[in-house]
Amino acid sequence: MTSVLYDAPGPRAKRRNVILSVVFIAALALVLWWVYRTMDDKGQLDWALWKPFTESEAWTTYLLPGLVDTLKAAALSMVIALPLGAILGIARMSDHKWVRVPASVVVEFFRAIPVLLLMLFANEFFARSTDVTSADRPLYAVVTGLVLYNASVLAEVVRAGILSLPKGQGEAAQAIGLRKSQIMSNILLPQAVTVMLPAIVSQLVVIVKDTALGGVMLGFTELLNSRGTLAANYANVVPSFIVVAVIFIVLNFLLTSFASWLEGRLRRSKRGTGAVLGAEDVDDLNAAEVGGTFGTGADK
Amino acid sequence: MTVKLTVFSGVGSLVWGTLLAAMRVSPVPLMRWFGTAYVNIVRNIPLTVIIVFTSLGLADIFGVTMGAPDDFALQGFRLAVLGLAAYTAAFVCEALRSGINTVPVGQAEAARALGLNFTQVLSLIVLPQAFRSVIGPLANVLIALTKNTTVAAAIGVAEAALLMKEMIENEAQTLLIGAVFAFGFVVLTLPTGLFLGWLSKRLAVKR
Repeated sequence: MTSVLYDAPGPRAKRRNVILSVVFIAALALVLWWVYRTMDDKGQLDWALWKPFTESEAWTTYLLPGLVDTLKAAALSMVIALPLGAILGIARMSDHKWVRVPASVVVEFFRAIPVLLLMLFANEFFARSTDVTSADRPLYAVVTGLVLYNASVLAEVVRAGILSLPKGQGEAAQAIGLRKSQIMSNILLPQAVTVMLPAIVSQLVVIVKDTALGGVMLGFTELLNSRGTLAANYANVVPSFIVVAVIFIVLNFLLTSFASWLEGRLRRSKRGTGAVLGAEDVDDLNAAEVGGTFGTGADK
Repeated sequence: MTVKLTVFSGVGSLVWGTLLAAMRVSPVPLMRWFGTAYVNIVRNIPLTVIIVFTSLGLADIFGVTMGAPDDFALQGFRLAVLGLAAYTAAFVCEALRSGINTVPVGQAEAARALGLNFTQVLSLIVLPQAFRSVIGPLANVLIALTKNTTVAAAIGVAEAALLMKEMIENEAQTLLIGAVFAFGFVVLTLPTGLFLGWLSKRLAVKR
């Protein structure tokens, strides 16, 4: 694609590219040099500040428990949000207005609110109305917030996945006399799941990143929060930030690569419909033709 | 405060994101490499980490005070804008790049046949069409940004989330306060989505 935008470089263009590269390197180097100098001035490069990361104590006391909590919250939210999202998504496509409308309202409402507000609210709610111990409360609040938000996002993913299937699938199933529930569980969902997988994995990245919110605002002891205690102990603000950022990057990069590998694989094996729902497509789908697709006469 | 944060960091991320997108398709390999690296790194760090870093790292260690060394509220606000813009720019860049890919090959080829150079091809021919086709995705980025501004509460910027946290802790009607703030966000994001959706239909390049 890129080569369409410019001609194959001739001698002059090549020279210009080299000059531009040099200028760019110089600018980049200037910034890096400034970063290096200030870090050096402030003593952030001292080996004493980096040394903890080569020893087991910093990892076993701070970082690994933090990572475990991050993953725990993410995994819990995913496990709860996925079925909930599937139910909401299917409910939004129901034939019955009294099922469809409330589900739509719930999905649209929770999608429009920041996760952080949901977490704060859940935290306060648990504190006042339930007897969850204060030690467990941050985890509960984080998971509640993430579940509410991501269930509604996943509901949209599910709906988009099912709507992306060819209409003929539902119609054919209807023609051979399956019930509505049978059409959904035997025909549409199995096909839609393969379509949705990459988008679901990408949503997992969002969940992992959002757990960090709970660490700052609610005192949930996840990775970012453990970084605070770690830095307070060793006084290594910048090194600890870099290490934590790298952990997050590696974690999410693995997930994104997995998602795009999955997407490519599913796209290649065009057995079913060949339609695959990428991460970005989710929000763009509009649902003009939801109602009445699997209409009357299903139970003859 | 939420609206102000959104507007400033929205504009900032749009500019920076466009530059990044231009870098990612540019003929200079080094710039391409930098753009790709930036997007992949920033996209995978939680926004919370970035925002907290602007405060603890940039301001305290590097001494970046954004021209307001004494006024902590202003400094926090500007740092939050910086962090939000840097983070959102990665998503703007990705949206734009996919928009550039939707512009038919013939457009760029015709422009090159006319003798335009890369900057001209990109700024006169490809980007104007790309922008029109990515208004929808950009609207989603903007809505996400509106919601992400709440993260600025982490460094004490007095926007919606921090206000709600304080109010909810001091007042009795938890549910009511939560509902009001939630409603506020619905009011902010819903019209944005509807308006930009209408705009993207209106401006869509007819082919």
